[in-house]
Amino acid sequence: MMRSRWVSLALILVILIVWEGYCRLFQVPDYILPTPSAILEISVTRTSLLLPHAAVTALEILLGILLSLMVSIPLAVMMFSHPSIEEAVSPFLVASQSIPVFALAPLLVIWLGYGIASKVLMAAIIIFFPITVSLLEGFKNCGSEYVVLFRLMGAGFWTRMRLLYWPWALPYFFAGLKVGVTVATIGAVIGEWVGSQQGLGYLMIQSNARLRVDMVFAAILWLSLMGLGMWKLVNVLERRVIRWK
Amino acid sequence: MLAVAELYKRFAALEVLSGFSLTVPRNGFTALVGPSGCGKSTFFDLLTGVVAKDRGQISWLGEEVDHLCGVASYMQQKDLLLPWLSLMDNALLPVRVGKGVRKGEEEKARALFRRLGLEGFEGYIPGKVSGGMRQRCALVRTLMFERELVLLDEPLSALDAITRRSLHSVLLLLQTEFKKTLLMITHDVEEALLLADEVVVLSQAPMKIRERFRLTSAKPRKITDPELMGMKEHILEELQEELNHDAV
Repeated sequence: MMRSRWVSLALILVILIVWEGYCRLFQVPDYILPTPSAILEISVTRTSLLLPHAAVTALEILLGILLSLMVSIPLAVMMFSHPSIEEAVSPFLVASQSIPVFALAPLLVIWLGYGIASKVLMAAIIIFFPITVSLLEGFKNCGSEYVVLFRLMGAGFWTRMRLLYWPWALPYFFAGLKVGVTVATIGAVIGEWVGSQQGLGYLMIQSNARLRVDMVFAAILWLSLMGLGMWKLVNVLERRVIRWK
Repeated sequence: MLAVAELYKRFAALEVLSGFSLTVPRNGFTALVGPSGCGKSTFFDLLTGVVAKDRGQISWLGEEVDHLCGVASYMQQKDLLLPWLSLMDNALLPVRVGKGVRKGEEEKARALFRRLGLEGFEGYIPGKVSGGMRQRCALVRTLMFERELVLLDEPLSALDAITRRSLHSVLLLLQTEFKKTLLMITHDVEEALLLADEVVVLSQAPMKIRERFRLTSAKPRKITDPELMGMKEHILEELQEELNHDAV
């Protein structure tokens, strides 16, 4: 564990040194590729500019997660309790996944405006699928002997859901949530690219137009740190909730 | 009394049960032994209602029922404890699912924990205790069902020999102290002879009763008892014959 951590750290360091060296050696102009040190500097010194934008993007992702949970949990439960619903809905679910969110973004901006709502929905659309599918998989994975035991106790579907299926599916749910939060940033940022007045995606587009490539990289750095942070957060939450593993 | 009469079940071409009948007297202990694949498990599936029977009657205390769901409690080879609940919460599960936990129920469970040597482990999760303790906890849960009839499906076969031996006496408590009626499937002929009042030897599918042995000697018994040793030899020979018969 420690060793692999050192290896990955060393790998990052090597990449950064090569990058830095290349830029300095060939005197690559700032507006093409800034040096890592310049990116790091601006990421820190311009915190006052980056932070409000990052907060907006984070809020969009958070609300997107909440929204998708509000839809995907009831949907997974419904699909599990009624296989006919699953059969009817799953083709649409799969088809919806083959539509690139990039294609939806302009429409959502037209329908929901330049504000936060269209980005929240974008993030929610992306997160929704992995959570629904993994939760449903978790419900289905529940051992049939346990179901028999609960039936012998006289437990109906909702009792089984509360005491058996739901806790059983929690590890699956968290696996889906982890995938969800890491890709959620994509949805939010694409939404911001298409049309917005704030957020890290907006900052990227603005900086790009003004050839402030260093700021574009700074926004990317903040974004990836945010993704990492959320992933860690879900991990901590998972360990708190699932104590028996 | 548990009475099963003329039970039929077929899966496509395979006739598993063809007019199978069996009775277990109230507070009796009957063990079924048979070659693997003879249909014992299907028989239990029919009893618990997991699989629907084709034909036949099942009755408990003179009342005919579709299956024993709601009548019997069930204990399997796997302890089926929920890994996220403490041993105490696992034991209280039947009550929680039923009418809800009341003060008296928890007291009762605590007393059973003491009786079965689980005192002090009420708060542990199943992953932290041994297989024998888990199976004891499953037994407490079975007792919390408040049902007179108990179906045992190879309840101890996943345990090591020493643990199994110590749990034999616990199973006997079910009959003597808790006045349960027990029907057990087992692979272990010794176990059947040590615990049961009647040992039923089954034939290959379609499952029929090949022979039944009434055991009247007092329990706890010792397997070194010459009468039991003779029976054990006899039963093993019969089971061997059934297997050979199947191979031909």
